[in-house]
Amino acid sequence: MLALVSPALLVILALIVLPVGWLAWQSIYHDGFTLENYRRVFTEDIYWRSFALTFEISLAVTAIALLLGYPVAYLANSLPKGWSILILSLVVLPFWTSVLVRAYAWLALLQRTGVINQFLRYLDVISEPLALVHNTFGTVVATVHILLPFMVLPLYAAMQKIPGDLMQAGASLGASPSLTFCRVFLPLSLPGVLAGSTMVFVLCLGFYITPELLGGGRTVMVSMLVSRNVELYNQFGAASAVAVVLLLSVLAIFFVVSRFVALDRVLGQK
Amino acid sequence: MKMKQGFGLGCTLLGAIGLTGAATAAEQITFVSQGGAYQQAQTVAILDPSAKKLGITINQDSIPDAWPAIKTQVGSGKPIWDVVDTPTGYCLRGGEQGLIEKLDFSKIPNAAAMPEAYRSPYSVSYEFYSSVLAYSQKTFPKDAPNSWVDFWDVKKFPGRRALRNHPIATLEAALMADGVAPDKLYPLDVDRAFKKLEEIKPNITVWWTSGAQSAQLLNDGEVDMEMAWNGRVSAVAKEGAKVSFTYNQGILQSTSLCILKGAPNLDTAVKFLNEAVDPVHQANLPLHIDYGPGNPKAFETSVIKPERAAQLPSEPANAAKQALMSYAWWSSPAGEAAEKRWASFMQK
Repeated sequence: MLALVSPALLVILALIVLPVGWLAWQSIYHDGFTLENYRRVFTEDIYWRSFALTFEISLAVTAIALLLGYPVAYLANSLPKGWSILILSLVVLPFWTSVLVRAYAWLALLQRTGVINQFLRYLDVISEPLALVHNTFGTVVATVHILLPFMVLPLYAAMQKIPGDLMQAGASLGASPSLTFCRVFLPLSLPGVLAGSTMVFVLCLGFYITPELLGGGRTVMVSMLVSRNVELYNQFGAASAVAVVLLLSVLAIFFVVSRFVALDRVLGQK
Repeated sequence: MKMKQGFGLGCTLLGAIGLTGAATAAEQITFVSQGGAYQQAQTVAILDPSAKKLGITINQDSIPDAWPAIKTQVGSGKPIWDVVDTPTGYCLRGGEQGLIEKLDFSKIPNAAAMPEAYRSPYSVSYEFYSSVLAYSQKTFPKDAPNSWVDFWDVKKFPGRRALRNHPIATLEAALMADGVAPDKLYPLDVDRAFKKLEEIKPNITVWWTSGAQSAQLLNDGEVDMEMAWNGRVSAVAKEGAKVSFTYNQGILQSTSLCILKGAPNLDTAVKFLNEAVDPVHQANLPLHIDYGPGNPKAFETSVIKPERAAQLPSEPANAAKQALMSYAWWSSPAGEAAEKRWASFMQK
């Protein structure tokens, strides 16, 4: 058994444990043991602001992605096979386009002379262009678009596992479609909701290119702090400390979530 | 017999490979610049002619921001790059931190002949660019903003504005907007500069982070005026966008050549450094891109026509209208402190 899994263990050791360990080590060791990097992270308020902003944006993105993704997954689940394949392909298709390209596409759509503003002006709905991008709004819109597949796919997978006859049973006992949905379908799809939300939330915490391009310089997320630390303090220790704190907060989130739900069931196959 | 022949041939081949290997190893360098149109221009103007004249191979690499990579490479003890073209401040800071070789100017006569202000113990000016006030001619068909005082004057010049998300050149602009003369900027009054920046902050739509972004902002009409690098603005203008800029109160900046500490081909790198700032090679650069030569002697070679010279940031008359950035100040403790203060300014 050990012989069988040892290559996998080696890969994990080489690609995950060692780099992460090295990262953590760098954050506390620079010509001797130091907590200076962590002192900076915990005492300077720009770090607090960035962490707070990052969690706010991630929560907003997760909520919006859930609101948009749930009906899509529901539709894909309830339609005949051909249609559901079409819907899922449309969801997955953007996956094959680079995140950078999609960020620029949103820029072309949202900026002052962009398609949306020009259309609204053509319709005389607005007289001055709306500030749709170079702020937090633009960042959230583009991030939702990029992360939506990570919400829809786990939702769809969870919905697929709900036996259709349960709904029929509900209907045969006299419940209205909305009641069967609320009392039977929705609770059974919750593992998917949780899996999708966790996935989107955690991925969003580490977003870099999108806020950098669409945030206008003010939407400073944690990943941008990491890069700025390398540029600004010229030391990887400071950047590593930020990364370690982010990693620990993600692990903490997983821990809290796992207290309420069996995460292995949500993220695994069973 | 046949086998013997084969063996002999094999030996010759191996020997030849060994020889060429040795030859190229001795006469090649790896040169790193920032890529894009700029690196293409210097390849044609400076790198290829230098390689030919010296009989060396120049391997090229490009990276937008070489500083973290320099730190890692030299820190690991085995750098793979030799010569880097990077903002002058990094050469100075790197020199102080033991990442950059100290130069022996007796081996670099071309640089030794350059003005004192254009070189440091670790570096030689390679090309000049300028952080200028650029604006849309659509928004300002006449009476365009012409100074940082105008940029700060949101009543007289209404419109959306962008600045670089970086303190270098931005603090200088703020101080000039507050009435400091271009030649009296250093040492920078950092408190005063940040106070002046607070004033304009609500009117800044975008704090840009890359040159390409600044060009796009102006080209798409996302902003009406901004601080931008002169070459980026003229590139957009050449493509037909109605944009322009002024050298008045521009901040004259340079990138320099410096050599990584423990560079694998140190001797060849020094030879190349001398060749790269040769006045004739240097004069060729502005024929391909809108940046000025790092060696002012280039203007005396008659390669650059007077009307072309007039468009360049380091041309003497243009340079006189501008502030020459002090990289020595920016790499001093006060400069580093100002740089660190920027992050909290942006997030408040």
